[in-house]
Amino acid sequence: MIKFSEEKLNKVQEIIRRYPEGKQKSAVIPVLHLAQEEYGWLSAETMDYVASLLRIEPIEVYEVATFYSMFNLKPVGKFLFEVCQTGPCMISGSDNIIEYIKQRLGIGVGETTPDGLFTLKTVECLGACGYAPMMQLGKHYREHLTKDRVDQIIEECRKNAGMLN
Amino acid sequence: MGVKLLLEKAHVEGIRHYDVYRREGGYRSVEKVLKTMSPDAVTEEVKKAGLRGRGGAGFPAGMKWSFLAKPEGIPRHLVCNADESEPGTFKDRYLMEFLPHLLIEGLIVASYALGSNATYIYIRGEYAWITDILENAIAEAKANGWLGNNIQGSGFNCEIYVQRGAGAYICGEETALIESLEGKRGNPRIKPPFPAVKGVWDRPTVVNNVETLAAVVPIINMGGDEYAKIGVGKSTGTKLISACGNINKPGVYEIDMTISVEEFIYSDEYCGGIKDGKKLKACIPGGSSVPILPANLLLKTAKGETRYMNYESLSDGGFATGSMMGSGGFIVLDEDQCVVKNTYTLARFYRHESCGQCSPCREGTGWMEKILKAIETGKGKMSDIDLLWDIQRKIEGNTICPLGDAAAWPVAAAIRHFRDEFEWHVKNPQECLTRNYGLAHYADPIHVPV
Repeated sequence: MIKFSEEKLNKVQEIIRRYPEGKQKSAVIPVLHLAQEEYGWLSAETMDYVASLLRIEPIEVYEVATFYSMFNLKPVGKFLFEVCQTGPCMISGSDNIIEYIKQRLGIGVGETTPDGLFTLKTVECLGACGYAPMMQLGKHYREHLTKDRVDQIIEECRKNAGMLN
Repeated sequence: MGVKLLLEKAHVEGIRHYDVYRREGGYRSVEKVLKTMSPDAVTEEVKKAGLRGRGGAGFPAGMKWSFLAKPEGIPRHLVCNADESEPGTFKDRYLMEFLPHLLIEGLIVASYALGSNATYIYIRGEYAWITDILENAIAEAKANGWLGNNIQGSGFNCEIYVQRGAGAYICGEETALIESLEGKRGNPRIKPPFPAVKGVWDRPTVVNNVETLAAVVPIINMGGDEYAKIGVGKSTGTKLISACGNINKPGVYEIDMTISVEEFIYSDEYCGGIKDGKKLKACIPGGSSVPILPANLLLKTAKGETRYMNYESLSDGGFATGSMMGSGGFIVLDEDQCVVKNTYTLARFYRHESCGQCSPCREGTGWMEKILKAIETGKGKMSDIDLLWDIQRKIEGNTICPLGDAAAWPVAAAIRHFRDEFEWHVKNPQECLTRNYGLAHYADPIHVPV
């Protein structure tokens, strides 16, 4: 059963109050972010729940969720590596970094490791061109990537996963 | 050292926090406008300053403000475009991350000028941690009486809200941004009606870039006339340039638009020269959508004159031999870079980001990506080069929003200036997989003896 905590429900109300009366549809992206934070990805059930919270039609949520690249429409690993591959990152060596991550994790782009820990995605420009190559990991950017940095990050994730379990 | 109006205090310890920012002279512009100026007088100062929109289009900001419709009884909104997504551009991120109060201050002044009681910052979804920084700054400003009701006893009310996007370059286009803020897909609207008449929730709306709104602070503090004295011609004030690629010192620099491109690339104050002592091959001077220039046309115009880092000089020669200031995303390619591959990654970017509304863009960006990939991987035909040219020409100008143009221009410029490199890929399908074409005649005429 999909249901937000009391705290999250209050947050939803606070977001709705940012917009004029009757324009609560504007909250759909912020509320989908809240849902994804909670569940890791957006199932049809989750999207229907968001629609009910905002009193809009489910299709209005689906069409938004499918448009924006940050919304995961299928489950992803606990740690999502989103590596930029656009021009400025490419000329700074992102191809090698992507290859190295594939090799280290034993997965291809778009795949998740069998233990459910890591998912690798390639993304288009994240606005970190001066600090390339880079990737997004959760809320933060990991920049100036080298093979050593990648090793450290993977290690760090494994350690965090150990602590979470 | 050039004049610094925006980043002067960026390195002051703790400047991200209200107390330090205020101690350093922050929020003076809000005091000044609320106590001594009418909203229209504020707009007048911005007009006098000659401030041009810093998001990429370069449209005069004061003029944009004066177009805002003010029908009785209908609320108006200011929306700050913080959706920075143009490859090569990361200046707004720097401003928001290190000087959040500068943006908030500019937003309050602009909201007062435009009569916006609810102002929104639409920030790209990936800048999640910056959203927290901005929300903290807003809370601090509010706690100190700079936001909320009856600000500083002036009778002016204003709230600022941060709205995160969720990964869509197209939402940097102002009508797509408005659609997204309304909770929809980011499909650009047909103009007219312009946002100034019918924007978010059908209300009159002004959308301005982060840097544009931050620049309002020094304009009010020093006066529009003084601001206009900095720079040259219609390139007034200072501009943030985000420099990246194969240079020694990538980063965000504030320039006063009187320095030459050569100085910007080679001086230690800015990019510090090409990395590893290599030679300059090409540069995209204003974000990925503006035309790429070979070194010889970058440092000097076609007439052999020095090229400067300002709106007029960068576009000197039009698209035939010039480029654009754009968003200030300065991407440098050294002698080892492949122009075909670079163009391919940009074409892939635009295909990925096309909203799919207009057929020329939806279909054309996919075709361009596919053909460029074929040429890059040694599977191209000679006729593909002309086909690419033909496709980009059919996209440009035939779409609702400028994403079509943005996708077409890099391909056109790459073929225009680097056609022999494309042909070399076709003629050498094996060799092009193992090495790059190199410098050829594009060499930097100043730093490479020809």
